[in-house]
This record gives sequence, C-alpha cells and structure tokens, in this order.
Amino acid sequence: MTHLQHMQPFLRKTPFHDRLAALCHANDWIRWMGFMAPNRFDSVQLEYFAIRNGATLFDISPLIKYRIQGREAARFVDHLVTRDVTKVKPMQVFYTAWCDDDGRMVEEGTLFRLAENDFILNAALHQYAWLKETAYGFDVAIDEVTDDFCGLALQGPMSRHVLQALGVQGIEALPHFGLLETAVDGRWMRIDRAGYTGDLGYEVWVNPQDALWLWDTLLRVGEPYKIAPMGSAALNIARIEAGFILVDVDYLAANYAVRPTQRESPYECGIGWTVNLKKDAYFVGKRALRREKEQGLSRHVLIGLEIEGRKPAAGSFIYAQQRGKKEIGLTTSAIWSPTLKKNIAYARVPSAYAKPGTQMWIEIWYPKEMKIERSMVRCWATNRMFYDPPRKKS
Amino acid sequence: MTPAYDAIVIGGGHNGLTAAAYLGKAGLRTLVLEAAEGFGGAAVTREFAPGVRVSAVAHLLHGLHPRIVADLQLERHGLTYAARGIATAALLPGAQRLDIGGDAASTRASLNQFSARDADAYPKVMARLIRQASALGVMLARTPPRPDLAANDWQGKIGLGLLALHMRRLGRKDMLELTRILAMNSADLANDYFESDALKGLLAFESVFGLFLGPRSPSTVYNLLYRLAGFSRHGLGSLHLPAGGMGSVTAALAAACRAFKVKLRSNASVARILMVGDCARGVILENGEEIGASIVLSSADPAHSLLTLVGPEHLDTNFAQRMRHLRMNGCSAKIHLALDGLPESWRSGPARMIVAPSSDYVERAYDDAKYGRVSAAPALEIVIPTLHDDSLAPAGSHVVSIMAQFSPYKLRGTSPDQARQQILDRTLAVLAAHAPDLPKRIRATEVLTPHDLESQFRLTGGQWHHGEITLDQVFLLRPAGGYQQYRSPVPGLWFCGAGAHPGGHVTGLPGANAAREALRHRTDWSRP
Repeated sequence: MTHLQHMQPFLRKTPFHDRLAALCHANDWIRWMGFMAPNRFDSVQLEYFAIRNGATLFDISPLIKYRIQGREAARFVDHLVTRDVTKVKPMQVFYTAWCDDDGRMVEEGTLFRLAENDFILNAALHQYAWLKETAYGFDVAIDEVTDDFCGLALQGPMSRHVLQALGVQGIEALPHFGLLETAVDGRWMRIDRAGYTGDLGYEVWVNPQDALWLWDTLLRVGEPYKIAPMGSAALNIARIEAGFILVDVDYLAANYAVRPTQRESPYECGIGWTVNLKKDAYFVGKRALRREKEQGLSRHVLIGLEIEGRKPAAGSFIYAQQRGKKEIGLTTSAIWSPTLKKNIAYARVPSAYAKPGTQMWIEIWYPKEMKIERSMVRCWATNRMFYDPPRKKS
Repeated sequence: MTPAYDAIVIGGGHNGLTAAAYLGKAGLRTLVLEAAEGFGGAAVTREFAPGVRVSAVAHLLHGLHPRIVADLQLERHGLTYAARGIATAALLPGAQRLDIGGDAASTRASLNQFSARDADAYPKVMARLIRQASALGVMLARTPPRPDLAANDWQGKIGLGLLALHMRRLGRKDMLELTRILAMNSADLANDYFESDALKGLLAFESVFGLFLGPRSPSTVYNLLYRLAGFSRHGLGSLHLPAGGMGSVTAALAAACRAFKVKLRSNASVARILMVGDCARGVILENGEEIGASIVLSSADPAHSLLTLVGPEHLDTNFAQRMRHLRMNGCSAKIHLALDGLPESWRSGPARMIVAPSSDYVERAYDDAKYGRVSAAPALEIVIPTLHDDSLAPAGSHVVSIMAQFSPYKLRGTSPDQARQQILDRTLAVLAAHAPDLPKRIRATEVLTPHDLESQFRLTGGQWHHGEITLDQVFLLRPAGGYQQYRSPVPGLWFCGAGAHPGGHVTGLPGANAAREALRHRTDWSRP
C-alpha cells in the first residue's frame, strides 16, 4: 500500500487538541508546521475583540523550540543573532533576527535566556541544520525540544488578572520581556511576558501532561475576565496592528528563497533596530549588513501604510503619483483595523518614501457583485506599529 | 597607533616568500613568520641520512614563473640548475623502457617499439595540449576576474579579454577540442589519442599526479593541462633540477626578501590571527607574542588560515562550511633512498622514471586508495637528483627521491604507521622488479606519508596543493566563489598560498598575484 501512504492522516495534534477540537465550532483549521491549529473557533470578530478587551488563549505549542546549552552557548548565540546578547540578562526574553552570510534574514523570533549559558530559541521554521552549521567550532549542544513542553499565549488587558487568579506568585512584577519559572498546584510552569498581539500578554509553558489542566484551569479562573479561545485569523489582525512581521508573508526566509534576490535583510524588513553593528562579537552576516548600512544598499524598507477607504489591500501596487506608470512598492500584510477603524497595511517601498506622512497612491482590486473593480486611492507612510497601548509594557 | 609592520606574511614557503619579496620590493615593511627552523616550506632540501640530502617534498621544478625569476632576480640570488630539460623513462614490465622527452628522434624511436601510430601522434598531441594549456595559462599570473563582467575593473576586463583572445587564437579546432576535453577524464583522453598501454599509462600518471583521483575520474585532464602550462612560456618549459635541491629555490627567494629588507623570522609559529574589532590586525605567536600589522597575508591553506588562525566565530556560516569542505585529500607518499651506488639499469639515466605501465595500473592503484588502503602496486615517480648534482650526497653515493601514489590520508583499518611501512615495502617491491640489484644498495630510507607531510610541513591532510586541483576548486572558485581575488572575507586578511589561484606546484604565482592585489588595493586594505 506504499502508493497510498500519503493518504494517511499525518497532521499532529497538540496536547491541547481535545479542548480545541471541542470548541472549534467553525471547524476551521490550518496546518502549522505539521500540527493542526484552529484558524477560528467561531467568530473572528469576537475572538479579536477578546484580545483587545478581555483575555484570550491561543495554542502556541507548534512553535519550534531549540535548547542551546553548553560552555560557549552565550558566545554561540551572540555569533548567531544580530542583537547584542551580552546585554540580555538571564531570565529575559529578547526578539532578534538571524541572518545568512549575505545579511539576509534566515528568520526572526524570540530567545529565552534561562541562564548565562542556557537559551531557548523559538522559531517558526525548522532551523536545526542552520544552527548546527553555525555552531561549528563552538562548545554547545543544540536540541530540538518542541515536544518537551507546550504553551498557551494568554493575551489581552485582563491577562494579568487571570494569572493572578491562577495564583502565580510575582506576576505583577514581571516586566515586559521578563521570564519566570514557578509552580502552581505543584505543576512546573514557565511564563514569559511577550506575545504576538501587541497587547498586555503572556505565554505560559507547561509540561505536556499538564496541558489540559492548564486549559481547563485558565478558562475556569478567567471566566470573570471574559477569557476566550482564539484562532490564528484573529491573531493575524492583532499582529498587523502591532507591527509584527510574519515569515512567508512579509518576507521570505533566506534558506527557503528560490532566487537569491528574494532574500531580505533586517533593514529591508523594517527591523533594522535588531541589528547591532557595534557589538563586540562577529555575527553571521555582520560584514554584509555593515556594507548595506554604510553604502545604502537596502533596496526597500517595510513600512506601515494608512490607506483611504475600507478595501483590504494585500498584494497591491503602490505608485508615487495617481497616474503612476511605474510601481514603487507592494503591500504584504493588509487588514481593516477594527480597533483603529483604519485601513492598514505593510508595504515595501524605497527608503525615500518611508518618512511618515509621505503620500503615495495605491491600486486596489476588489470583488464587487461578481465583478472585479479597481480603485486608485491615496495612502500614507506611517510607523508600522499602528497600535501600541501603554499597558503592553506597564 | 601605527603597527610595527605594513604586512605580515604567515608561512615562509615559496609562496609566502614570493609574496613577501614583492611587498618588500614595493617598500612595505614586511615580516615573514615561519613555524619551522628554516624557510622553504615544502620546497626544502634536508638531510635524511648522514651526509645525504634530498628535496624533502617537491623534487622537480617546472612551473616557476619566468616573470618571478626576472622580477626578483632569483638567478642573481643564487638559483642555479643542476640540469634542465630532464627526460623521462617509463619503466615497463619485462625490462622494457619507454624514453620520452630527450630529443625528438630518440623519443620517436623509443615509441616505435610500442606503436608506430603513437610515435607519429605523440609530438602532435603534446604540442597541441601544450598550446591549449598555454592559452589557459594566460590567467596563471593574473587575478581571476569576477564572474559578473560588469563588476570587473579594467584589469579584470583585460584579463578576460586576453583569455578570450588566446582561446580564439587557438583556432576553431583546438578551441573546440579544448572545450571537449577540459572536464574529461584522462583515461578517455589517452584512448582518444594513443593506442599503446605504455604511453597511456604515462599520460594517466601525469594527469593524476597529486590528485586523489584515478585516471577515469573527471577533471583529471584539467590537472594535466595545469601541469603542462608549466611546460609552456608560463613556466620553465621543462623539468628542471635546481642545484642543491628545491631548497635552493626558496633560498634564492629568501635572499631576494632580505635584499628588499623583508624581515624573516623562523621558529615563529602563528597561533592566532590578531583580530581587532572584526579586522585582522596582526598575529599572535605560540609563545604569546603579539605582532601588529596593517594586513596579514597567509600562505597557510585557506581552511587552516580561517578555521584555526582566525576562528569560526569570525566567519559566516556558509563560508565556514565551504572551508571545512575544501577537498584536501593527501594521496602521495614521499620515499627517499640513500644508495651505495645506482642499480646498473639506472646508471645511464634519465633522472626521472615513471612506473605506470597502463591506465588500468594507475586506476587500480587508486581503487585501493579510494577505499582507504595503500595501493598494492603504487604508481611511482622516481627522481635521481644525484645523476646531475653531486652536492647532495658523498661521492659514490646516490639519492633516489620517489613520489608514490597512492598512499591515502584517509585510511580505513590501517594505522598511519602501518601505512608508512606498507608504502615503503610495496614501493620497494615494485622497484625490485625493475632493478633487482636495488635492495642490496639501500643504505638508508625515509618515508613521508600524507600524515608526515601534515605534521612536518603543515600541509593539511598531507595535500601539497592546499586543495586539490580540480575544476570545482580552481580559478573563480579558488579557494571559494567570491574570494578568488586573494582578499579573504575577513578584512585585512589575504590569501597568498597555494590554496589561492592558480594553485599548487612551485610556481610562486599565488604569492606574486596576492602581493600585486594587496598593493593595488592599498587604500582599502580593510574593506570587507
């Protein structure tokens, strides 16, 4: 029956799956790195507003996690990533890019520094081969630990209250990008204060056998705070409002690009702030990135756009003039922002157009009554972080 | 702070010394650091038995570029030849011999014993191969261009133009033939041109010389052409024996260095390249001493220079991977014999003999090596320098210097010590078949396996060429694509050894080319 092997179900289920499936009334799933993940449980709108007004649970177990330990783990991570790891203290989380030889992004993500020489790298794509190649000559051990623990993103203005109700000691004092390990009911728990929503929020990691307990307990203690499960469709709206880029949508991972020119640098992806050319250590791509920075070789930059009207504008061309002949850029992610009541998008434009307030024109094609219509409307460059409430960091 | 030197050259072999001499000639304050007691690297003469000296690794000279000889006035600095235009004899079973490379008539007569057709074809084939090698050879003393034509400066474009011009000047037939044979294997080439096993075997041996490949492996024709370029106007034109052994070549280079006020330091092993920020700014010696310089040129192999002396923490991932995967398989052992007089059949010369009676013989020798064994019947290049040079051994004694292929670096089920004994025993067994009176004349022996070449001459993997001469590791790709212009990815560090274009053999060209590039870019030495 070898010819039918591909007909066997192969998507994996996370330790939370039984609870997700029971509540996934829309039966709307996506495939996330080999796992089944809910796209929406019922209503995207309700799930989205729960992020901004209450608290939400989102299963982040499919994130690929690597444990990096050993005598030279800190030196290795400093060589791997663009940020200065020496400035990150133990029990801190940091967001960074990591690049290939040419300074093009292999990926970006968060790293947990658990101890001086003990890190966890969270990646959206498989990185083992790249990590092993880069680790040549360093005394480190790299292991994929994706299945060793599972996690829920608990995000929203009420999320801290939920964790207090759960009985997590010291959660009030946990700063933005802080990390703590604790136990509740004798169950090990690691909590970081980070997320993908741009709101106040946490990620709660437990051992797989405690997954259902965590889900049930959070829903029970969070009930007064309007806690709700959330799928990736709602998360996508929140992450675009928050200015977070997504691999394969806003940029192509360097090792997955078919054509070398499709690879993008952190400067081009609008996360140039993660590149520290002044740090002591050499990191992969540093020479290329220095050259790009000093010689102004960036081809474009990913900016935020505010667009006239309400038509969603993903994959739309941008022009300098209304009757523009030559497109200057292209949008990647785009949504109607329910909180800001604005039509927003990310766009790749030459850096000359990146200054906030710069007016450009965008050509949007949209379906209307069985026809495709075109509109050419104005749009303005803006900070990509459209929504940044003070509670995120307070 | 001004560093003590403008340039430090790591390694005092022929390429390091050549680079240093050119830098010194241009007025740079230059220091050469050599780990060993004396200079010369793999081109040295050393004593291996009381009163008996031999060229320890390389033992014949053919590729030394005439321009380097002239520029550095090497003949004024003591380079003389004990013999020029050494002929070759192929030793064949049944006491037969094929004599090549004397005068045309005797070569023809000798070939006639085996094949009248080959006797006819041989001079034409060799002339054509040398014409083709010579056309490619215009790039030997030039910096490889960038693959993107527009990215080249005028000198790069001239280089490409010259190459194109010489290709055209070969004529349609020769140029087409060159494109046909360039990536081919030499066994097929030999079948195309010749019919006698004796001549095919000789061609097979010449084309796998120094390669961890058999005559049926692709790219072996390229190795042959690369060697033959030295027999054109891009080299000495024929095989030469320097008076006093190969050490006299490097002694002349060292003398040239001194004349140009280059400082030479031996017993100075470099432990690390000194990195300041992300730039190479000098070296740190094994004894902890730091010496600063504006640039560092390393004539060590690129993998050692970057992975050990610089360290992977200063390198990009894919590049470091490329350096780790450079093919550097040592495959030849060097065997030295001190004799109380020559076997009878060898007394009349010539000073170079080859044991490779057929393509199959060489291929089978490689088959053993491919699977990690010393060849049961090795192919041999036998050089008797004392036929022309009596300075190497006491009167009446002789030295035989043998390059034995294959004695692989990567052994399976054999220890390096066992391999050393095996290659000696098997080489002597092969020799005894041709010269039965040899064993009783042997007074002393020395065997240098690839492991010994690595430990005594710092040749990684025992590979003389700092990376095998195959199409994927030459020209634009030597030592790696994008770094063929002698500038390493580490700002301030330059390649000047055989691991850079054009490659191995005692040519001086990598050193000369590297020095020229470094001098040409004085204003942006540290550009990444």
